Amino acid sequence: MNNNLFKILFQFIGLILLQVIVFDNVHLFGYVNPYIYIAWVLLYPLKSERGLFLFLSFLLGLCIDFFSNSGGINAASLLLIAYLRLPLLTSLLRKVDLDFLLFHVSSMPFVKLLTYISILVFSHHIVLFSLEYFSFSNIGIIVKHTFLSGIFTIVLLFISIQLFSPRK
Amino acid sequence: MQQIIYFLRKYRYFLLFVILELIALVFTIQSHSFHKSKFVNSATSITGGVYSQVSNINDFFTLKQENKVLSEENNRLKNKLNQYRQEDYISTVIDSLSILTKYNYTAAKIIKNDFRKVNNFITINKGSTSGLQSDMGVINTKGIIGIVKNVSNNYATVLSILNSYSKLNVRLKNSNYFGTLTWDGTDYNTVQLVDIPRQANLSIGDTIITGGRSAIFPEGIMVGVIQDFQFEGTKFNEINIRLFNDMSALGYVQIIENTQRKEQQLLEEQTTNE
Repeated sequence: MNNNLFKILFQFIGLILLQVIVFDNVHLFGYVNPYIYIAWVLLYPLKSERGLFLFLSFLLGLCIDFFSNSGGINAASLLLIAYLRLPLLTSLLRKVDLDFLLFHVSSMPFVKLLTYISILVFSHHIVLFSLEYFSFSNIGIIVKHTFLSGIFTIVLLFISIQLFSPRK
Repeated sequence: MQQIIYFLRKYRYFLLFVILELIALVFTIQSHSFHKSKFVNSATSITGGVYSQVSNINDFFTLKQENKVLSEENNRLKNKLNQYRQEDYISTVIDSLSILTKYNYTAAKIIKNDFRKVNNFITINKGSTSGLQSDMGVINTKGIIGIVKNVSNNYATVLSILNSYSKLNVRLKNSNYFGTLTWDGTDYNTVQLVDIPRQANLSIGDTIITGGRSAIFPEGIMVGVIQDFQFEGTKFNEINIRLFNDMSALGYVQIIENTQRKEQQLLEEQTTNE
C-alpha cells in the first residue's frame, strides 16, 4: 500500500515537471504541443477510490494551470477525462476482461487501446482549446489545434506505454 | 430524507465531478477578465522557483547572445552620452531632485516566456520586495514587452503584448496619430494596430512607438514597423506591425516605475467626476 502511494506521488510530481519543463517547450511547427500529463489518467490504478482519483486529477490539472497562467482550463479538461475513464473502459471492454485489480493499459488489445486513448485525448484537447480561446468565432483554430496536438499526444502516449509498461 | 441520502450516495461521484468542474470554470472565466485579480498564476514561490531553476540552466546556452545584446546596448548608450556632452545638455541644475525622477527602472530576468498560446504570460524573477507593483511597464533594449500583472514577494507575471487582452496606446513616430496595439493570436512576430484615424498618412516601414498617453509607459519606446495594411472603404482595416523584439527569445528586461502615476490618475479621476 505504502509502495503504491509513493508511486502515485512520484507520478503526480513527475508528470507536472515533465509537462512544464520539457513538453511545454516543444512548439512543433510553431504551435503544436503534446500534453503528456494525460498519462496520469491512463496510469492511475483502476481499483482505488474514485472520489480521490477525481480530486487528484483536478489538482494535477490545476497545478499545470498554475505553471502556465491559464486559469482553470487544464483542471477542467483533465477532470472531464478522469470522470469519463471508467464508463469508457466498461463500454470498450467486456465486463469479464476488466480485471480491476490487475488491470494495466498495456494489456489491452491494440485497436481497443488506440480507441481508448484517442477518445480521451481528443475530448481533453477540445475542452482545453475551447476554454483557452473562449469564443465561437475561433472554432476553426480550435479544431485545427485539437487535431494536430491530439495526434502528437496520442503518438507520444503510445510510445511511452510501449516503452515503460511492465514486461509479462 | 432517506431518499435524499440515497440519491446523494448514488450520484456522489457525479456531484463531485460537477462541483470540481464548476470551480475550474470559475478560475477560467476569471482568467479571461483582466481586471479581476487572478488566483491561478505562476508568480507563486513554488512555480517561480521551478522556473528560475530551469532558466538558470538555460542561461548557459544563451550567454553568447546575451553578451552581444548587452554590448550593442552599451555602444548605443555611449554614443548617446557623447551626443549629450557635445550639446552641453547636462548643464547646471538648480534643484537636483526634480530631474530624472519621473521614471525609475528595475532590471529583471525572464524565467518563463510564453508565445505560443492566445493569451500569453511571462514570469520574471523580481517581485514586491524589489518594489514591483501591478500595472508597471516592461521593456527591453529593443522595445516593448508587456505590463506587470500579478506580483508575489520574489516573482511577478507579465501580461505579454502577445495576449488577446493586451491593449496599449501607441503612435506613429513621424506624426501624432494615436492608435491601439492589439494581437490577433496568430503570429508571434506581428501585432495589430487598430483605431488609427483614416486621415493618417501611413506607409510600409513607418516606425511605431509608445504614445505616452497611458501612465504606464513613457513616450517613445520602440514597438515595431508597419509591415502591411489594407484600406477598406473609409477606414484602415488591419495594420500589421512587425515587432523589433523577437518575442520567442527574450532574456533580460527592465521594469518601468512611473513615480508620478498616482498623481496623474488622481487628477484624471477628479476631472471625469466633476
